[in-house]
Amino acid sequence: MELMDNLMLGFSVAFTPENLTYAFLGCLLGTLVGVLPGLGPVPTIAMLLPITYVLPPIAGLIMLAGIYYGTQYGGSTTAILVNLPGETSAVVTVLDGHQMARNGRAGAALSIAAIGSFFAGSVATVLIAAFAPPLAEVAFAFGPAEYFSLMALGLIGAVVLASGSLSKAICMILLGLLLGMVGTDVNSGVARYDFSIPELQDGIDFAIVAMGVFGLAEIMANLELKEQRVEIADKVGSLYPSKQEFKESWPAVVRGTALGSALGILPGGGSVLSAFASYTLEKKLSANPERFGKGHPAGLAGPESANNAGAQTSFIPLLTLGIPGNAVMALMVGAMTIHNIQPGPQVMTSHPELFWGLIASMWIGNLMLVVLNLPLIGIWVKLLRVPYRMLFPAILVFCTIGVYSLNYNVFDIFMFAVFGVVGYVWSKLKCEGAPLLLGLVLGPMMEENFRRALLLSRGDYTTFVTRPLSASLLAAAAILLVLVTLPSLRKKRDEAFVEED
Amino acid sequence: MLSKSTAMIQIDKGGHDLFGRDAPHYKETTVLVRNRQDFWSGAMFIALGGAFALKATSYSMGTAARMGPGYFPFWLGIVLALMGAVVLMTALGKRAPETEITRFDFRILLLVVGSVTLYGLVLRPLGLYLSVFLLVLVSSFASHEFNWKVAVANGLFLVLFSYVAFIRGLGLIFPLWPAALSN
Repeated sequence: MELMDNLMLGFSVAFTPENLTYAFLGCLLGTLVGVLPGLGPVPTIAMLLPITYVLPPIAGLIMLAGIYYGTQYGGSTTAILVNLPGETSAVVTVLDGHQMARNGRAGAALSIAAIGSFFAGSVATVLIAAFAPPLAEVAFAFGPAEYFSLMALGLIGAVVLASGSLSKAICMILLGLLLGMVGTDVNSGVARYDFSIPELQDGIDFAIVAMGVFGLAEIMANLELKEQRVEIADKVGSLYPSKQEFKESWPAVVRGTALGSALGILPGGGSVLSAFASYTLEKKLSANPERFGKGHPAGLAGPESANNAGAQTSFIPLLTLGIPGNAVMALMVGAMTIHNIQPGPQVMTSHPELFWGLIASMWIGNLMLVVLNLPLIGIWVKLLRVPYRMLFPAILVFCTIGVYSLNYNVFDIFMFAVFGVVGYVWSKLKCEGAPLLLGLVLGPMMEENFRRALLLSRGDYTTFVTRPLSASLLAAAAILLVLVTLPSLRKKRDEAFVEED
Repeated sequence: MLSKSTAMIQIDKGGHDLFGRDAPHYKETTVLVRNRQDFWSGAMFIALGGAFALKATSYSMGTAARMGPGYFPFWLGIVLALMGAVVLMTALGKRAPETEITRFDFRILLLVVGSVTLYGLVLRPLGLYLSVFLLVLVSSFASHEFNWKVAVANGLFLVLFSYVAFIRGLGLIFPLWPAALSN
């Protein structure tokens, strides 16, 4: 069994004391920051990214993955205990999770969320291990035209499956692609859009944009809210779910895992969409849908499993094709590039220990989170009580230190401030930052493949539609775009994101 | 409160948000620009797309087979401007939902962004410890529940934390003390 051999290799890498420590540290840090309301996975990862640069590549990526899952877990803890989603995918968790806490079942709710997530994480880990190698084989048949079409499909998928205004999201992607053009052009050596500033010749660092647009702008939006009365469920109560709760939640866990695993692979999918879809599904299937929104265990277990499965399987397109499906994966691309690893199908053969070690550590990370989250719940509750006036300066300190340590350059701090202002304006205009980030990371890759494809075809644009693989990818993108603009499906899409009660 | 946060909340046809509360801004009124958020977004996209495309013309364009550095960004800029025009036109439509742009809080903006800029300015000359303290103190004014004692204590704590976690723990290389003292 090749799969077994590979997994054994992975576990032998992940089980070194050093890597176990970094996985643990990542989970701990991720949970710590994820618990804080108003700080989602993207700014958290961007903020903690520089820390991992000082580590060796494997340890750095293991730690980053740990941070990612940690923020997911931490976000659900906040959603259950406080009526505040720590991140977007936890919006659904709030609905039934917080109601369970209100009914005095906070402990049980936390356990169901943790166990559901662990189950989903374990299944998704096996799925990645099983499906990544054959998918990577396909990727070797890709030429520049196919890569360009695939990225176009990924970007279109990201806006179609995401929420909010479609045309604005496309604009934000285009703007992100354009921001990716800033810096020295690799083919001609011409510095583009640098305004004679030497620091801009290396391009705009995606981590700075992520921290500015998501972190700094979010702080200002939160400060504006002023009166933020936080209602914390004090009594956690027994951590053991009752027989009834267990019986009601396990089918939802299984369904949520299946749904999340499938949706996570799609470009633009990942945790948010999975959670929303699972909640809708559970409500439709339930014998008594009227109990949803009032603390039904299935309404918590399903989305929680789905978002974790989706978070995990969204690694598949990244690891096999080198294409990030969502903003978090875009950050992972950046991290890998800094460690001199070009994400893509060749990672599996050129760095097998890194590839399988990362997969094995995903499972270990999930296990650690269950162990970490449940007994330490008292600490997280205390953390929730830290008032925002003390919290946001701390976030600023972490961000500024993180930004400076990227290149040890003060200019980056000013860029961070600029993107904070820009992000604040965008939040007023309701322009989403996530598509922009995806575009920013994909911009240079997309241009490179576009130019190479046309060079190979001697300037013939039909190369994108005459090559069968490329044509089918573009067709898929076109179909997605047409489908979503049809009025009847548009309504469905809106419904999927609105779960009114 | 939640509807103002950046969480993904959409408004359905009945005018309720995710949590079933009545959604504002759905009154039938006749105004020139119905969807102000999208109107200004569209205007911004047109301006930025145009600016990028214009600047791209100063680089060599080349041909499709041998593209110069200006080719790809030029067309991207044009497409962005066109898409921005679509956003802007849709916002003017009769059936566009009515949105307002909430007021900019310039005090918060100035204090938060200002404290970060100040940090960037003083980091090299004053060193990490003093800069972090200043950052915390100045930014704390942005909170409506500012308190001198808390802000100073928080500043001291975060300076200590930066030393333990980032300097000792991770070994990041920062200028630590004022440049004038270290000579």
